[in-house]
Amino acid sequence: MTDRAPDGSWGRYPPARHRRWALNHRSDRLPGGSNRVLPFGNGRSYGDVCLNDGGTLLLTRGLDRWIAFDPATGVLRAEAGVLLSEILAFSVPQGWFLPVTPGTQFVTLGGAVANDVHGKNHHVAGSFGEQTRAFELYRSDGSRIVCGPEENGDWFRATIGGLGLTGLIAWVEIRLRRIANPWMVAENRRFANLDDFFALNDDYETRYPYIVSWIDCAAAGKGLGRGIYMAGMHAPPGAPTAPPPARRSLTVPFALPISLVNRWSVRAFNRLYYHLPRPARALTPYQPFFYPLDNLLEWNRLYGQRGFLQYQCVIPPEAARDALREILNRIASSGQGSMLAVLKRFGARTSGGLLSFPRPGVTLALDFPHLGQKTLDLLSRLDEVTRQAGGAVYPAKDARMSGEHFRCYFPQWSTFAKFIDPNFSSSFWRRVTAD
Amino acid sequence: MRNILIVGATSAIAEATARRFAALGARFYLVGRNAEKLAAIVGDLEIRGGQAVHSESIDLDWLEQHPALLARAVQALGGIDLALIAHGSLPDQAACQKSVKMTLAAIQTNALSVISLATELANLFEARGRGTLVVIGSVAGDRGRQSNYVYGAAKGMVGLFLQGLRNRLNDKGVHVITVKPGFVDTPMTAAFEKKGLLWAQPDQIARGIVAAVERRRDVVYLPGFWRWIMIVIRHLPESIFKRLKL
Repeated sequence: MTDRAPDGSWGRYPPARHRRWALNHRSDRLPGGSNRVLPFGNGRSYGDVCLNDGGTLLLTRGLDRWIAFDPATGVLRAEAGVLLSEILAFSVPQGWFLPVTPGTQFVTLGGAVANDVHGKNHHVAGSFGEQTRAFELYRSDGSRIVCGPEENGDWFRATIGGLGLTGLIAWVEIRLRRIANPWMVAENRRFANLDDFFALNDDYETRYPYIVSWIDCAAAGKGLGRGIYMAGMHAPPGAPTAPPPARRSLTVPFALPISLVNRWSVRAFNRLYYHLPRPARALTPYQPFFYPLDNLLEWNRLYGQRGFLQYQCVIPPEAARDALREILNRIASSGQGSMLAVLKRFGARTSGGLLSFPRPGVTLALDFPHLGQKTLDLLSRLDEVTRQAGGAVYPAKDARMSGEHFRCYFPQWSTFAKFIDPNFSSSFWRRVTAD
Repeated sequence: MRNILIVGATSAIAEATARRFAALGARFYLVGRNAEKLAAIVGDLEIRGGQAVHSESIDLDWLEQHPALLARAVQALGGIDLALIAHGSLPDQAACQKSVKMTLAAIQTNALSVISLATELANLFEARGRGTLVVIGSVAGDRGRQSNYVYGAAKGMVGLFLQGLRNRLNDKGVHVITVKPGFVDTPMTAAFEKKGLLWAQPDQIARGIVAAVERRRDVVYLPGFWRWIMIVIRHLPESIFKRLKL
């Protein structure tokens, strides 16, 4: 089980080489020796939290069995390599939905815990870790620790958002939420600037459980911060009970030598997207509402061979307006636009994970084609703003933040470090603790 | 196909196939070597809709145990409608070349134990006047190649045996299916680089197996394109084939 092949993360950057160790049963042993290992689920984190250059990846997709499901309460226990898409395919026909879901359903359950992912309902449900009832941590010394908010709570909080470093998450237990049907009531509103965004937020957050906004970050001047506000809720009983039509998916067949995403296409796309007529209120299947990009398979290949960089930060509430304006200004003046800029206000709930990213404030996610040093420089300039505002950058999407910034964003990192399995490591962890 | 016996139930192809039958509400008797893995699969299949999932761990190389094993399965299920024989091992060809003992052990696991079970099952089905026997062979059994002819010889023997069985049972209401997968991404092939277009996922094979049962096929290559590849491979003259590095 030691073939060598290049492996990548979703951003196709940085490059890394690994040995691989496929896990197919939760009773399988972990590799021994001094081999540094890291669990690897479906490779949907963007940067290097899922990479372990020169070490071994523990491939967890073979751990994809159900362990227990109670159709009365919606409590589901499953092996950690199960994809959220597989949970939905199983649960939606029975009237259950994920309590929290990120913007792609193609992540594993273990990855969702290890990155403490969040979704459009953070303001009401918190992050994935908060909805996690229990999991089993399998350590390289062979011990297995069942963790929950009360049971082994210190291990629980270290592992939620712990980037796979505290041991292998073998199974996870969550409680699904009841839905009446697979449909969503979705509402779309255009906003002209950041002030409008905040005004809409105050109104909608009390009424809708799912909220996200798209921002036109190619717009400058008085259009700065304009975008589309999207809110949704599960449709009440009485909506069509027929399953939504199956969506055709397209696959980007290979990575082009250069990126299709460039300053001209970004400007054109953003302008078009902003002005595109859309119904103010509509009934829509849950897939396009939650996972608009999931039927363009392998879309990361659009960014070409050099890949792309994500930048997702969170800015505390009191500093949010000014810092976001400054970030958007810095991007607009750099000429390096982001095709997909997403804005959301986090709620006050936190999962307690020592390295969890979600915290009260406004989060902005951007992706940039990797144009080399000038892209890295731009992101460093954004880091200055984030840090000064007392914010943080999301490790699951990062491939470049400095160790100094990381330790400032995540002050509990040294407490966390005590829980790291001595045999586990990652490219990310080595990078942010090296200097 | 309500009552299903699966031998080698912890193999990736068998498990993927079981999941598809579980969704149709099948009842199972699962046989494998590792009790812990079997227990995990039992739990999973029950949640997927499988009814009354039984399991038993046993070393299938112990041929004398086979009749009693089948009797227990019949007892638990109240009759077997479909049997899937999926166990096997991929021997190290280079090591086998140096060791007669290893070669014969590979033949024992991949051919003799399969023939033993197939014989007993065929007789059971024949007496009952119905039943479907599905056996996992391999494209490797279609022609001997230097890189894995021990495994290939075992699979080839099974293929020939099933031809005869199919012929014998044709008018007895018993259906015999030979499944010949190509390269499949499973723990058994974990040592290979799996980057090429020729590699399939276990669930693709499982889908083909379920379709073969429904359509009462005799021999299926999975995925289907292997049929065309193997026509070419089978028809190359030996005087040329012996020079190839395959």
